[in-house]
Amino acid sequence: MFSTIAYDLSHLAGATVLLAGFVVLYQRRLLGVFRAFALQSLAVAAAAAWQAYSQDAPHLYVTAAIAFLLKGIAAPIALNWIVRRLDIHRTVETAVGIGPTMLAGVGLVVLATLLVLPVTVSSAALTRETLAIALSVVLIGFLVMITRRNAITQVVGFMSLENGLVLAAVGVKGMPLVVEMSVAFSLLIAFILFGIFFFRIRERFDTLDLQSIESFRGERR
Amino acid sequence: MNALFLILGIPLAGAAVLALVPDHRLGGWINAGVSLATLVASLLLLPFEAPDPTPFALVDDFNIYLIVLTSFVAFTAAWFSAGYIAHEVGSGRLTPTYLRFYHAMYQVLSFAMLLALIANNIGVMWAAIELATLTTVVMVSLYRSRAALEAAWKYFILGSVGIALALFGTILVYLAAQKAMGPGMDALTWSQLYAEAPNFEPELLNLAFVFLLIGYGTKTGLVPLHAWLPDAHAEGPTPISAVLSGLLLNVALYAIVRFKMLLTANGDALAPGPLLIAMGLASLFTAALMLYRRRDIKRLFAYSSIEHMGVITFAFGMGGPLANFAGLLHMALHSLTKSAIFYAVGLASQARGSQQIDQIKGLTASHPALGWALVAGTVAISGLPPFGLFMSEFLLITSTFPRAPILGVLLLLGLLIAFGGLMLRLHGIAFGEADGDRRPLTGSLLPVYAHLILILIAGIFLPGPLVAWFQSVAEMVG
Amino acid sequence: MIPAAISALLLQLLHVALALAAAPLLVGSTRFAKSRLQGRRGPSPIQPYRDLLRLLRKETVLAHDASWIFRVTPYLVFSIMTVAAAMVPMFVLDLPLARAGDLIAIVALIATARFFQSLAGLDIGTAFGGIGASREALIGSLAEPAVLMVAFALALVAGTTALPAIARFVLSGGVGVEVSLALALIAFLIVAIAENGRVPVDNPATHLELTMVHEAMVLEYSGRNLALIEAAQMLKLLVFISLISALFAPWGMASAEDGLDFLEVLAGIAVFGLHLLVAAILIAAVELAIAKMRVFRVVEFLGGAFILAVLAVVFRFVTEAS
Repeated sequence: MFSTIAYDLSHLAGATVLLAGFVVLYQRRLLGVFRAFALQSLAVAAAAAWQAYSQDAPHLYVTAAIAFLLKGIAAPIALNWIVRRLDIHRTVETAVGIGPTMLAGVGLVVLATLLVLPVTVSSAALTRETLAIALSVVLIGFLVMITRRNAITQVVGFMSLENGLVLAAVGVKGMPLVVEMSVAFSLLIAFILFGIFFFRIRERFDTLDLQSIESFRGERR
Repeated sequence: MNALFLILGIPLAGAAVLALVPDHRLGGWINAGVSLATLVASLLLLPFEAPDPTPFALVDDFNIYLIVLTSFVAFTAAWFSAGYIAHEVGSGRLTPTYLRFYHAMYQVLSFAMLLALIANNIGVMWAAIELATLTTVVMVSLYRSRAALEAAWKYFILGSVGIALALFGTILVYLAAQKAMGPGMDALTWSQLYAEAPNFEPELLNLAFVFLLIGYGTKTGLVPLHAWLPDAHAEGPTPISAVLSGLLLNVALYAIVRFKMLLTANGDALAPGPLLIAMGLASLFTAALMLYRRRDIKRLFAYSSIEHMGVITFAFGMGGPLANFAGLLHMALHSLTKSAIFYAVGLASQARGSQQIDQIKGLTASHPALGWALVAGTVAISGLPPFGLFMSEFLLITSTFPRAPILGVLLLLGLLIAFGGLMLRLHGIAFGEADGDRRPLTGSLLPVYAHLILILIAGIFLPGPLVAWFQSVAEMVG
Repeated sequence: MIPAAISALLLQLLHVALALAAAPLLVGSTRFAKSRLQGRRGPSPIQPYRDLLRLLRKETVLAHDASWIFRVTPYLVFSIMTVAAAMVPMFVLDLPLARAGDLIAIVALIATARFFQSLAGLDIGTAFGGIGASREALIGSLAEPAVLMVAFALALVAGTTALPAIARFVLSGGVGVEVSLALALIAFLIVAIAENGRVPVDNPATHLELTMVHEAMVLEYSGRNLALIEAAQMLKLLVFISLISALFAPWGMASAEDGLDFLEVLAGIAVFGLHLLVAAILIAAVELAIAKMRVFRVVEFLGGAFILAVLAVVFRFVTEAS
């Protein structure tokens, strides 16, 4: 079904996506985070395009194009622009140190592997592996959202989580509606980016740091 | 089948029209009118036998009642909203431009919820719930205050995460189905999935269900994923709080129950019951304890919603005809009661100029009609007779005790704690000296009374055909 | 026909001699490349030989408080590095000594050298010696787990920790696009940078005591002792580069299995020289492109290497299982 080279290429693309997830975790500067995220999105686009070719499923090219144009190029540019326009502090504010989060990330990868591999015994090797990697990417996206304080880093975390989902969706053979789902998610992302910018510019939103917003609990007298 | 197109088409067309109507008062009434038309269209579904599932739509006894319920509450909420929201413009909290947006979004939201209920495709259902999340996020942030933005952001992040996990679960379900049925759209279609469920790999289904439970459970507001819910309810416009509590939570729960049915149909997969029971009880207890220290009236009832979602989840977790019956009944009655309460709360906070309980106190003295309606609603929601929720809770408890006495005791304890919290707060709201603002009532009390009468009737006498219907659905849910 | 045992012995001797000879040249070429890239003329590539000779001729000054550890360390470190260099295949796959120890043994040898060097840094009791030793210990304690993880990953891929066997496995081409290997390579590169005190972990050319790591530790050495330590340091760089080339790019190495072919050995030496040259230029380019990081950041840098190596292992399992 799959020749070795097809397998290897998917493997490589998947690994790059996961690795980029770790690079996102590793970064201390926002611009670095964006670049790492762009790398991840490009890898996802490559994975999707490769699946489109090897599964002979042309609609996946659309997914690849969306990942490439929207998340690989447009989103990082928009993020950069927002950071410049809103004059957001350019360091990543961490709730948990970088070292521990990276270790936690490895733990999550192991967890994802242990979760996925035993239950997918009868699936194709490539599917199993892609799912394991995709789940790892999803979990690492979570980790970014949990351990990084700036709203904008959380957005990046969410988008990288979504990259994992796209990876999973294109990795499962013949999944219908993948394109529709990636469109739905793109909508979500565009919405978030728009929201951040719009709220900050028009309203009295002093900081996007969630910590300082959290102080309000709706129970103030 | 035409009715289905009407049910989905009317809100969409309504949204387009409303986006173009500049006058917000007119917009409010058009909004109510469109919702009424949707309700009529959904009532068209009732007299007929359930139509055969198409690749696009699945209508069976289970969702037909939710469709009717949803369009009904969406209608009364729109009716209530027409008066309520106009007053918000009058008091300067909102501008007409925002309202145009609000009304269009309201119809998009009802479209999304109805689509999620009708869809015969787990992918479409997922997308519909995502759309509903998006629109409600916009609605919650409508006031653009700092608190509203925080609430919307929190809701947004947690909701998106839930949705992402649900998608992963959906992909896993597809993977399980694809192996038994071959790739293609069939492997995402509910009716086909149920038919083929016994051939799926149980391990894959188990993993998928965990993701789906966490994902859609976030949207249902189940503990520990409930953090967004009180904020979103408290900071959004009150009609939206009513729709969120009364409908959107139900829709997410509907998704969970559908997937639970898939697992049950499979047979070899793990029993989803204990998971649901655990999450249900956790929600019940957490929310019940939270009720005691609330100062904000909308947050109070938001926690009460978490509590009731817990009870319903518990009921479906127990399973069996009786508990399922109780769960279904509770789902419907909670919707009706909670939306009535939110209407009353909205009027009360406008009449007294605050959402804080100590500013509202003495409501029965200052606004008797509204005050006693709120008392009745709160009595109903805490599960006292003669209202319908007493019936469903009683049924649930009596069906639980013979099967699992310890769970029954826990359930009873949780309900009692919640009861105490609500009564304590109700006393503060309804009775005592009324001080502070006393403005005239701004909107109609009719929707509140309409709902209250319905749940009163349900508590005293459930029509035979309705009971039979609920029983058949309860059998189906398994 | 020369008997196999003697030819092997000769080969081993040739190997060690070449290693010893090439190490200073490697460092010299790196500096040369760096200065050329910076637009300076720079010292000639053979300058390190001159430096070492000059140091050997100079008088050795010992601190009053220096104990035997301080005096023994240079000899010890130098011999350990020589042994390590003797065990790493450079231009011939099957060295007699390569069978004496595998990847883990080499890691252990290098760790022993570092241990003594740190002790010596502490021994004389000066502030800089202490700083250097503590930082070296920090880096070492972080680099070691990463190296071991790399070793595990390689062992999982190739099924052995013996260097020639791993090289053979990579040479056989059966690996395809092996993600584990790529991850392990990156991790190993990071560790190599840290172990050799190159930018961005440490700057070998620094004159500012506060930023020194390795240089601070050997600040008290002079004359012959310093020459030995510097030579050992140069050998270490050579060892790491040969490890990388043997593990990840062993092409062109002569195989001693079926008797020795003179031409093959010559070709192996030529290829090895090429590898060293490329490494020197790469190091120079990288050192110009990035700045030294703060010591605290090194923790994350090496942590990253460790995580990459762990990922390499995990990936191996993912692939294995599927």
